[in-house]
Amino acid sequence: MSDLRPAMETLERIRTRLEAAVAGAELEVVANGAVAAQGSLRVDAAHAVAVARFLRDDAQLQLDYCSNVTGVDWLDRVVRTTVRTRRVIDGLERELEQTTEHTVPGYLEAVYHLYSVALRHGPLVLRQRTADRADGARVASLTPVWRSAEFQEREVYDLFGVVFEGHPDLRRILMWDEFRDHPMRKDYVEPDDYEYEPTPHDEVLAKARRHYAGAGGDRA
Amino acid sequence: MKHTPGWGLLKGLFETARNFVGSYYQPGRLTTIEYPDERLPVQENFRNFPMLIYDGADPERGLRCVGCKICEKECPPQCIYIVLERDRSGKVQKRPRLFDIDVSVCMSCQICVEVCPFDAIKMNTEYELSTGDRFGALLLRKAELAKPNEYYRRLHPTEAAEVDARLAAAAQAKAAAQAKEQAKLTAKPAKPAWSTQP
Amino acid sequence: MRAQAGDLEMRGAFAAEPHGGGGRSAGSDAGWGAGAGHEWVRPAEPVGRLEGEWLEVAMGPHHPSTHGVFRMNVALEGERIRKLKPVFGYLHRNHEKIAEGTTYLGSMPYTDRLDYFCSLTNNWAYALAVETLAGLGVPERAEYLRVITGELTRLLNHACLVGFLLHDMGTMGTPLMYAFREREKILDLFEALTGARMMCNYLRFGGCRVDVPAGWLAGAQRVVDEFPRFLDEFENLLTTNEIVLARSQGVGVLSGALAVNAGITGPMLRASGVNYDLRKVDRYGIYDRFNFRVPLGEHGDVYDRYMVRILEMRESVKILAQALKDLPPGPILDPKSKLRGFRPRAGEAYGRIEAPKGELGFYLISDGSVRPYRYRVRPPSLINLTVLEELCLGHTVADAVIVLGSVDIVLGEVDR
Ligand code: SF4
Ligand code: SF4
Repeated sequence: MSDLRPAMETLERIRTRLEAAVAGAELEVVANGAVAAQGSLRVDAAHAVAVARFLRDDAQLQLDYCSNVTGVDWLDRVVRTTVRTRRVIDGLERELEQTTEHTVPGYLEAVYHLYSVALRHGPLVLRQRTADRADGARVASLTPVWRSAEFQEREVYDLFGVVFEGHPDLRRILMWDEFRDHPMRKDYVEPDDYEYEPTPHDEVLAKARRHYAGAGGDRA
Repeated sequence: MKHTPGWGLLKGLFETARNFVGSYYQPGRLTTIEYPDERLPVQENFRNFPMLIYDGADPERGLRCVGCKICEKECPPQCIYIVLERDRSGKVQKRPRLFDIDVSVCMSCQICVEVCPFDAIKMNTEYELSTGDRFGALLLRKAELAKPNEYYRRLHPTEAAEVDARLAAAAQAKAAAQAKEQAKLTAKPAKPAWSTQP
Repeated sequence: MRAQAGDLEMRGAFAAEPHGGGGRSAGSDAGWGAGAGHEWVRPAEPVGRLEGEWLEVAMGPHHPSTHGVFRMNVALEGERIRKLKPVFGYLHRNHEKIAEGTTYLGSMPYTDRLDYFCSLTNNWAYALAVETLAGLGVPERAEYLRVITGELTRLLNHACLVGFLLHDMGTMGTPLMYAFREREKILDLFEALTGARMMCNYLRFGGCRVDVPAGWLAGAQRVVDEFPRFLDEFENLLTTNEIVLARSQGVGVLSGALAVNAGITGPMLRASGVNYDLRKVDRYGIYDRFNFRVPLGEHGDVYDRYMVRILEMRESVKILAQALKDLPPGPILDPKSKLRGFRPRAGEAYGRIEAPKGELGFYLISDGSVRPYRYRVRPPSLINLTVLEELCLGHTVADAVIVLGSVDIVLGEVDR
């Protein structure tokens, strides 16, 4: 399948060329554990637009088509590392295990899948990360480079709460304007005001009862 | 393509006329039927909502379902609800006391049928289920879901034949294994198991 | 009732702009760059505007002509469209969140409900993404069955879309009913094969669910053989109809460069003359074995979009004839695939196919559990609407309706 397609440069080479072309850009090749092992390129928000322009206009790449834009929510993770040390205690050498815990702060990610219509290769996966998971975490908008990101970035803003700086029309797209939360975040708590009707599911029923407790409780 | 003005319109009208006249005698152009009076035959593979299969005459005792709850767990919209039977001492029985399917939620995806290891749940083809009672009548209980195996054979003959053959083979294998075990036990009652090697 | 997104913003934009004045409104143009290279530039307001007020009309959510609950907020000057903002979300059910809460297999029936005209191609795109993620193979026969059902889906989608489009132009149902008549035959085939007419839920990771029943292939062959006759009839009916030509030629013109930049895919992209068909580019499945051509448009207007679809149906008939002839015997499911407890290795994958409406992609991230960590649908219908405003500016309201019709959207997929 993929062998028939003209091959794209390796990510490492693209990275080297990008570093030469865009001064100061922080780039990182992110590995992918799946069978396809399709890596991706992480770029810092400050240089994202310049990098994107390069990827689009470079003669060898010509990634003129941004197919898919989406967000990913990575929660805070607790990483346990166990260090084994050998130490001499009371004249005997012993192995000691020391477990340290530290929290890797979570972040939101915007992922772009780029293809070239002109050269028929791809995809190149481009990622931008926010500093944290706070409301209004920022990345750069790539809509000025690829128009196709317009609605999709709006969607990421709507559902994940990532603010795209430089987006021409950043509004909610699927949820209504008064909606407060971002439903695709992993820690989103769904509302409990279900339409109350008998269902075989205890949890739903219990939730609905709780919500309607003030309003008379059981439907009888 | 150059053509006389008006010609395209006339061609189109001719086509409409052909279809109109044809709709009186060409079966390929007669596509509608008068539904409640006439009915199209139901295709064999058609599926609507699930039903539970029982063998024999008693829907309670013959029910194939052993209440393993696999279907309840795998059902994507979570519309199956199973409570297991308990005997007097509170021990869980291999039989569902309640088996409800909320067909106002069920999306006829057939995943429950595919995951059931006991061929106990199959798809019904009944489609005239509209009712005025939105809350009660759309929650099908075990009694409404239970259908005899003959009914299933009538709906899906090919599939049912396969299932019957499979179940019969399994039953036979089980019986054979049991008989063997029995024979072994009676033939060499005193010998311990490890010494039966050739 | 919920308040509609867009109202306030639109009013704001109008207030900032003096009535009757030319020039571009400052607010909405800020981010578009200065138009270097082939960068997209918002077109300047057309000149020759009348003195007077603009009228803001909400077209929809029910009317825009049979395409579902979708709203276009338009600003009209007389009958000309001066601004247009699409409003989405009426059918939003957060498909992605549901999928992240269920197993990989559990999402398969939900994908039927994205673009409910084309459940089999939706299944295929999802299956392809999961197969890429988990490294599953697909047996030969299953690949053929996928092509057969996928191309039948393309036939019924395009037939209906053309019917809807002509309905939008005012043919009042006649071609639509002819198209539905043909669709019915294909739906009967689907029902006999998968058990459901629209929500087929037919593919499994690494193959298909059931093999074809006896006599099905002969039935499919008959439908395929008869289809060109329907196409001829259809073309006789309307392809050279003077009213259709007058209504659709030169309306809603989309340039190839903008189409690529805006991520337009499918027949709409090819109608603008860009040769990009994933069946040829990615050659997913076994599409490299079939002999077919990719029809391209020249002008990128509504008429070309209509024509490209008609021609694509003819190509699909060719593919179907080849696939039905070559269908090999054999298993239909990869022995490595399993229904329950399916846990792909942690990692991510993006799989895409050429669905009838454009590039349908699924982006999956696995964390090694039975549920996907992230599940994303790339909906062609939504992204093809990106340029709706450009296509409609300066045209009349009636033209906006047919431009929307020519985009080919299904709201189940736009809003997800
Ligand atoms: S129907 Fe089948 S899967 Fe469901 S509980 Fe009964 S035996 Fe188990
Ligand atoms: S058909 Fe699908 S939705 Fe209905 S009960 Fe079975 S698994 Fe659940």
